[in-house]
Amino acid sequence: MKVAIIGFGSVGKGVLKVLSERTDRTFKVVAVTDSKGAVINENGLDLALVLKQKNNDDLKRANKTSMDVVKGLDYDILVEVTPTDAKTGEPGLSYITEALKRGKHVVTSNKGPVALKYKELCGLANKSNALFLFEATVGGAMPMFNLMRMPLAGNKITSIKGIFNGTCNYILTRMASEGLPYDMVLSEAKELGIAEADPTYDVEGIDTALKLVILANAVFGMDVSLDDVDRVGISSVSLEALKLAGEADMVIKLIGEVYPNGEERVLKVSPRLVPKSHPLAVQGTLNAALIQTKLAGDIFVIGKGAGSIETASAILSDMLYIASQK
Amino acid sequence: MRITMDLELKDIPGQLVKALEPISDAGGNIVSVVHHHEQRTNRGTIPLQVIFDMEDGLGPLKEKLESRDIKVVRFNQVRLLEHKTVVLVGHIIHSDIRDTIEQIDSTGYAEVVDLAMSMPGISLKSSARIGINATGKGDMKNAVRLLRNIAREKDLLLIEPIETEELP
Repeated sequence: MKVAIIGFGSVGKGVLKVLSERTDRTFKVVAVTDSKGAVINENGLDLALVLKQKNNDDLKRANKTSMDVVKGLDYDILVEVTPTDAKTGEPGLSYITEALKRGKHVVTSNKGPVALKYKELCGLANKSNALFLFEATVGGAMPMFNLMRMPLAGNKITSIKGIFNGTCNYILTRMASEGLPYDMVLSEAKELGIAEADPTYDVEGIDTALKLVILANAVFGMDVSLDDVDRVGISSVSLEALKLAGEADMVIKLIGEVYPNGEERVLKVSPRLVPKSHPLAVQGTLNAALIQTKLAGDIFVIGKGAGSIETASAILSDMLYIASQK
Repeated sequence: MRITMDLELKDIPGQLVKALEPISDAGGNIVSVVHHHEQRTNRGTIPLQVIFDMEDGLGPLKEKLESRDIKVVRFNQVRLLEHKTVVLVGHIIHSDIRDTIEQIDSTGYAEVVDLAMSMPGISLKSSARIGINATGKGDMKNAVRLLRNIAREKDLLLIEPIETEELP
């Protein structure tokens, strides 16, 4: 299948690297684009060469924009991996919309468009008989949607809760284990590249809330948006609070939970006490999810929630699912 | 509340049902039944221990059992059976921790049973770990709801435990 990759940042590079190491011929990448232009070869790009040129900053771009590629090029799957904008979903939203209108399959890691326009995008995909998949948007490498679609097929999912932000989990883990205050650990996380220069998006729970919205809409059909999420971040969690929790054999974690129970509906991000022996008490940058089901009972998933190759793993699984549906 | 009741049954068929029926008829949720067949008393009766949750009506239940010729040897009730730990962060002292505790204690169905505090400095935010007991799950829910309102009014961060009861 012909693949066009829109976005050549950390995730785009990861996808290219993972595809370049595959020996089968399931996928042929015909274009990779970034904000500066596009690299196109309708017979298939030499991915290792493109990666090398990108890293050396001497990529031979054609004079075409990402939108030109989305609208004009011949491809089967659009892999949309541009950065998330929680407010507008752009530019990814426009790329995805145009590709689905053309009846092309879309795989994305971009939370903005899925959280903002899930219903519309799924409607478009259904209308043009295309698949719209977004495994990489929640929990990075952790299988969530694919797990619920196939291995847990036939189960009614009753609730999902978990740790969906590695930055917050790193900060809370370090504070508890080293006895360091919030500000100090946050600076350390910035130096290590675990936290952004402006960490608001992570530490105030917005990233976790976006993922909850995606889960709420895609798994439970709830039709909710970011404003519907009850949200408290971790910036006021004190070192003393962590110590007091530790003395009672508990840790504090930023937990996102969605429970679509009519009047008692829960859609909430908040710091919570978790017993140290509980499977959700994972350390460092790990993510973890507890999926409660009718038949299988409680299912736990633990894994890396971010990272170039880890995210590419989720994207590849969506691409292979599309290839298997031909 | 949770009630543990020791009964004595006659050693004839149908006695177990006769003993348990009134409990469930009275709205009791039976948690455990242990039938001590091997420990026959010198009166020739068989001891039975039943543990159940029931809100009220213990007096009439006892009479009903005795009217059925079932001896109630002893019973005890544990009033508070739900426990939860929460953590508060903020200006806990300045916002009157005593009032916070009193509001919970005065509900009649929940009480603060444990308090640990940490105050890093006079102008800094302090943190407190509070243990609460309540008479039942519903009452605990109400107590936590009350605490959420108090936290909102006093501008405190309330850190609640995750629900863990679905786990074994």
